[in-house]
Amino acid sequence: MADVSDHVSDHVSDHKYDQDRSVAVAQGGLWAWINKRFPAESFIRSQALEYYAPKNFNFWYFFGFIALVVLVIQLLTGIFLTMFYKPGAATAFQSVNFIMREVDFGWLIRYIHSTGASAFFVVIYLHIYRGMLYGSYKAPRELLWLFGMIIYLALMGEAFMGYVLPWGNMSYWAAQVIINIFGTVPLIGGGLVQWIRGDYGVSDATLNRFFALHVVAIPLILLLLVVLHLVALRHSGSNNPDGVEIKAHKDAAGKPLDGIPFHPYYTVKDLVGICAFLTVFALVVFEMPTFNGLFLEPANFTPADPVSTPADIVPAWYFTPYYAILRSFPNKGIGALALLLAVVAYFFLPWLDRSPVKSIRYRGWIFKLFLGIFTVSFLALMYLGRQSVTPSVVEISRVFLGGYFAFFVLMPFYSRIDPVKPVPDRVRFHAHE
Amino acid sequence: MNEAAVMPAAGAPEGIDATRRKFLTLATGATAAVGVICAAVPFVESWNPSERARALGAPVEVDLSKMEVGQLITAMWRQQVIYIVRRPQNLVDALSRNDAELKDPHSDDSDQPDYAKNEMRSRTAEFLVTIGYCTHLGCLPKAFFDPGDPLLGADWPGGFRCPCHGSRYDMAGRVFDGSPAPANLVVPPYSYRTPTALVIGTDNGSAQGSA
Repeated sequence: MADVSDHVSDHVSDHKYDQDRSVAVAQGGLWAWINKRFPAESFIRSQALEYYAPKNFNFWYFFGFIALVVLVIQLLTGIFLTMFYKPGAATAFQSVNFIMREVDFGWLIRYIHSTGASAFFVVIYLHIYRGMLYGSYKAPRELLWLFGMIIYLALMGEAFMGYVLPWGNMSYWAAQVIINIFGTVPLIGGGLVQWIRGDYGVSDATLNRFFALHVVAIPLILLLLVVLHLVALRHSGSNNPDGVEIKAHKDAAGKPLDGIPFHPYYTVKDLVGICAFLTVFALVVFEMPTFNGLFLEPANFTPADPVSTPADIVPAWYFTPYYAILRSFPNKGIGALALLLAVVAYFFLPWLDRSPVKSIRYRGWIFKLFLGIFTVSFLALMYLGRQSVTPSVVEISRVFLGGYFAFFVLMPFYSRIDPVKPVPDRVRFHAHE
Repeated sequence: MNEAAVMPAAGAPEGIDATRRKFLTLATGATAAVGVICAAVPFVESWNPSERARALGAPVEVDLSKMEVGQLITAMWRQQVIYIVRRPQNLVDALSRNDAELKDPHSDDSDQPDYAKNEMRSRTAEFLVTIGYCTHLGCLPKAFFDPGDPLLGADWPGGFRCPCHGSRYDMAGRVFDGSPAPANLVVPPYSYRTPTALVIGTDNGSAQGSA
């Protein structure tokens, strides 16, 4: 403990302090006993104390950690909801009412879970967009990006199945519409739809298997994918707003010159982000949990009714860009194919992007223009996907659909001729000077 | 036997037959893969409709004697909504005028029993029997039987419109051009036990249950 004064006076040496302390403790006692049998110390060192992240992270770098916190919130509230929810067409809707009205704090647990679903997508969309701004998908982080996109896919499945569980009328018809999209698969479509439903229509069998997938199968897959995502991140290291590799410049001890230990620097920084996030989150949970029908839809407060389609079937807000794309086509098969391509396009970004530059800071006007078109198109489609379908909505959707796909399809061409700026050797960050 | 089978591979310890080892590894892996596929069969099959769901899918009988002209009633068969419409004769007579605007006027690419593969898409002119789901993504099209309905314009000949994605069908469940739906409404197998006793789910015979 002799190094405490050093630690206070000079933050550069606090890493050394941690090292010294752990070495001292490692010489005996319980910690030593554990470390002889389990690599606790070396794990903490490699993942936090001696994992160097670029020192120039900005607020965009909060969202990965926040996504992890939301995952934990969803797992925790989900476990408790499972204790009171009764899957089954005859019991599901009533049990959700039971949770809302009769379980102590049941309303709060459910509102946290339903708000958490929307928060998850807000955070994930910002996290993905960060990757697009700073070229985080480019080499050597292609696999990191792919794992992330698979997480996104799994999350979409998880959210859709969770949406079905309350067995309100919107749940029922959302299941009907989404499952029917699989009917467009050539040759096996009809049989596939029946196999997914487990009956001749959406029914009790469908609800029960969705429950199993939602509470057991997909969460397990998600956890595994998150581990793979983090392992890939720790292996290749974080990108940063300048898009330069900090591993290219190391000091004599092999520590990146522009890197700072993940702990305590970014653990503390992320805690600030979490505070801000939880403040907004709590405001929504307590003050507007339905978010004007966007997070919890009015049509879902009536029980599932197989003989009555709600006036307007719209999916949850986070699916509406894809939904707008689906219904932009007068042909069912092409609409479904376009929807698939719209989601899968992200997977190919690392190979579509031919620019020598990663970060938007050093890209030219052409890339910025196309990214701008993509951003506007995505948001416009998100809005249009919630409007009832009229010829003019379809026409406008097609325009933005063009903008959405232009970003991806033309990328191999415009990213090559984009007038990029010179990239600095080291990250540019002078906060403490 | 080729050379490699006799010669140990470079780097392999003396006396180890690398080819034999590689073959055994591949064979073991392939056997395991076949085993995994076979073991997956019961799990995949478990997702098919259960015996109970199949038993509940038996034909149902619907009484048509109380239906009025222009009325739509619904029945459930195999968890699916069935539309039964008693069509006014004038709308049936006008069906052939729609042909030019339809995707599949003769129901060549649509799903129906042979006896419903005609202009009216039904056994008799009076009653239309279809599965009530839009062939696009399965919403329930709503009845707009009045020709010239204000929502659908003066040219509207009467029929159905889906609220989800705007597909339109005529009084025979045939889809209009410009709809996202690819095909006409599906006609289930059905028959008449008596002129007013409709049996859904069988081409001929009697119902086991009742709607």
